[in-house]
Order: sequence, then structure tokens, then C-alpha cells
Amino acid sequence: MLALLWIELNKIFRRPRTYIAFGAMAAIVWLIQLALYFDGQAYVDLMLSNLSGAFEFSEVFKKQLLNGYLICFVILNTLLIQMPLLVALVAGDAIAGEASQGTLRFQLTRPISRSQLILIKFAASAMYVIALLIWLALLALAGSVLLFGMNDLVVLRSTGIDQMQSDDVLWRYLAAFGFASMALITVAALSLLLSVLADNPIGPIIATMSVVIVFTILSELNIPLYDTTVKPWLFTTHMVAWKGFFYVQADAEGTTLRGSIENLPAIMRSLGILVGYIILFLGTAIYIFKRKDILT
Amino acid sequence: MKHIVTALFLLLTLSVYGQTPTELVTAVKSKLDRVTNYCASGKMKTNVLFLKAPIASVQVYFKKPNQLRILNEKGISFIPKGSMNMDLSQLFIDPSGFDLLDLGADAKTGWRIIKLLPRDPNSEVVLSTIYVDAKAGLIRRSSTTTRENGTFELELSYGAYAEYGLADKVIFTFNSQEYKLPKGVTFDYDDGSGKKAPSDGKPKKGRVEIQYSNYQINKGVPESVFR
Repeated sequence: MLALLWIELNKIFRRPRTYIAFGAMAAIVWLIQLALYFDGQAYVDLMLSNLSGAFEFSEVFKKQLLNGYLICFVILNTLLIQMPLLVALVAGDAIAGEASQGTLRFQLTRPISRSQLILIKFAASAMYVIALLIWLALLALAGSVLLFGMNDLVVLRSTGIDQMQSDDVLWRYLAAFGFASMALITVAALSLLLSVLADNPIGPIIATMSVVIVFTILSELNIPLYDTTVKPWLFTTHMVAWKGFFYVQADAEGTTLRGSIENLPAIMRSLGILVGYIILFLGTAIYIFKRKDILT
Repeated sequence: MKHIVTALFLLLTLSVYGQTPTELVTAVKSKLDRVTNYCASGKMKTNVLFLKAPIASVQVYFKKPNQLRILNEKGISFIPKGSMNMDLSQLFIDPSGFDLLDLGADAKTGWRIIKLLPRDPNSEVVLSTIYVDAKAGLIRRSSTTTRENGTFELELSYGAYAEYGLADKVIFTFNSQEYKLPKGVTFDYDDGSGKKAPSDGKPKKGRVEIQYSNYQINKGVPESVFR
């Protein structure tokens, strides 16, 4: 099994297109960092415009606010919505790509079951996701901290502001990246399922993106009917739960409680739902693939 | 002996309540006038409805006539507008600029209540009320209503630096506005705990509490701090 996984990983990382994702991410992260390095003041002013009536913001405050931790949060906010496309590029290709190249039947002549083949493909896609997130962490977190320094993190929410001290932030990022990997592995599982259904990788890649876009729009719509019926069951609603690690608890006087998470059970519930989706997608993929007539 | 004590008490009471508002304010001001600048360390606690913030270690710098800066050198601190009013000497920058109105003594504390009415009709300050501990010659509480920035209230506790009129603890209450950002901008994760009761439209109060320590008085403060 490990040897086969190694072969799958080799296949993924030998393809030039795999590195499109790494290159695209680097380009986006560097562009955001560059823009904020030279014009961060305008961004901070925009961020604080709603608060300028109650607080006074000195130049020192604005410089402190625009630190590496905040930049990383901004980047994750932007990128984690786009990353499913990059994941679909690889996971959508896993089975359908082999089928289109005519190598799938050959693969199945090996002494492994069809279930094992799907599980290996899935494990390889998951490892690709983790590699992508490590790359993102290096660029967005380490890179931003090197460029902008460290300070307290201020997170703007629609109803309030959560501030945490700089030495209370790093573990939150580690947890957030860990959670984000589960969210993206869910997309990889969906893409793999769609890949099983197709003989050409373009279809599963586009279909995955379509599902993610439609579900994300539904997740963000403020329609009361959907709030309790549809949204809680969309995996895209739970993909943003990584942000929950940056929502802190406060005491009765509004003082941030160090090391606290506002609603850990909600994050764990989201994690459970994502794991449920992974099992559902993977199980369905195995079920279909085992019964599929492999012609190429 | 009993009569002597009673007589002394009456004498003391008379001497205290016998002071006119002008005399009281002059006594307070003379203490504050001894300070031309200071730098103090402090722990700042911010309590605003929409803000969760850690307790901050701050440096407070003051220079006459009206420069005050609260700096958090290690982290970030949200400083309320009008924080300049945390320094009491602001009330007396222009001693001839207001009329004094004596409202007598507070029933509970015995502090004298004096209203400061600005003579200039265009003054930013509309009205100030100070509660003076006449015995100690210290302002214990103040309330200042401004045209632009609402009402600020101060509560002061004194300790080692009372001779300079500098408080050990200041509680600064101010008007804070509503805060709301569109969800389309923040892309919030709805964890079910962020739902707050709808606003009642009434002005909200914010509170900043600074516990001072280690004042350095009249040792000089560089101008660069206030830039």
C-alpha cells in the first residue's frame, strides 16, 4: 500500500500542472503582501472607518495593527475560498485522468482491490492538500511575520472586534491550518467522487468548482428560510470554521480570556460534519467504482 | 472633653464647607499646577460592548498644557476619543473661562459638587461638573459634556501621588457608537454564539480603566512621544 501511495505521490508531484497551484498561491500571497506593504495604511483606514467615531487611531496604532498575523488572516480569508479550485485540479484528475489516458484498467491489474485504489488516490490527494497548506503557511504566516513583524491580532467580525495578544496567536494558526486541511480534504473527496463518475478530468474539476461556488453562495446568503434548513448541512458553511479559533471569549468586563475559544463545540461540530462528508463522498466513490465497468 | 471634640468637629466642618467654589478650585488647581509633565506606567482595561480586548500594559505621557498620549509599546490598545480628558488639568487650562456654580455637598460622600459653566458660547465643552474632596483638595469625580464627542465621566482614586493631584486609578466613561460590518465583508463563521440582541438605539457607554504605577513627575517627556 505504501509503495502504491509513493507511486501516486510521484505521479502528482511530477506533473507540471501540480505546481500551478503552488505558483498561483505564491503569486496571490506576494501580491497581497506587496500591496499591504506599500499601501497598508489605506487598508487599515478602511478597516477602522466604522470605529473612528469612538476611538482615536494614531500612526503608531495603525502600524501595530498591520502586523504579520493580521496580514496572514487577510490572506487566509481570501485564499481559502479559492483553494478548492487548486485541490480539484489534482483530486478531480485522480481517476478520470487515468481513464482518459487509458491507464486505469492497467492500474487495476495490480493485486489491490478497487477500494484500496480509491483509498490510495484519496490519501495522495489529502497529502497534496497538506503540502499546499504547508506552502501557504510558509508564505502567508512566516513570510508576513518576517515582513511585517508580530503584534496583537485584531479580528473584525460583523458584530464586534476580537483582540488577542501576540503570544496567544500562533497556536490558533496551527489549529486553523489543521482545520483548513480537513475542509480542503472534503473538497478533495468530493472531487474524487466526481472523478469516479467521469472519463475526462475536466468534468470533475468544473463540477467540483460549481458545487463549491453554489454552496458558498448559499452559505453566505442571508435568507432566514435557509439559515436553519439548508445552511447547517452545507459543507461550505463549515469550511470557514477555522475562523472560530480566532473568536475569543471575554469576561464580564470585556477582557479577552487568554487561550480561550468562543465556541469550541461549534468548531468540533463543524469538524464532525466535514468528516461525515468525507466518509460519505469516499464511501459513495468506492461503492460506484466497485460496480463501474472500466473500459479504458 | 466631649464639648471640645464637638467644637473641633464643628470648626473643621465649617472650615471645609466654608470654602467658596473658587477657593476649592484654586486649591485643586495649585496641586495640578505642580506637574508640568509626567510619564506613568499603567494597566489598562477596556470595556466596550463590541470589543474584546486583553488588559494592556501602557505608558501614559503628559505634557502641559494639553498633550496626553497613551502608548502600548508591546501590543495594541484601542484608545477612546477624548482620552485627553483623562487629565484633570484640562478642566482648568483657562481658569477665567468659566463660571462656577456651587451645588453643595453630595449627601453620601460629602464631596462638594461644583459646576463649571464656560463663558465662551462657542466652547467645545458645554458643561463640566466636578466632585471635590475638600479636605484632601482632590477631584474625585468629574463629568464633562462636549459638543462633538458626547459626555465623558471620570472617577479617580488617589494614593501615593495625591500631593500632585495625580490619581492611582482612573475610570474613564465615554459614549461609544454602534458597531456593525456587513457579513459580506467579514465572511464570519456563524458559530451560533455571535447573535446579539438588536440595538435599542440608545447611546452606549464605553469604559476604560487605568491603574497607574510608577509616576515620573517633572522629569521631562520628549516631544516625539506625542507625534
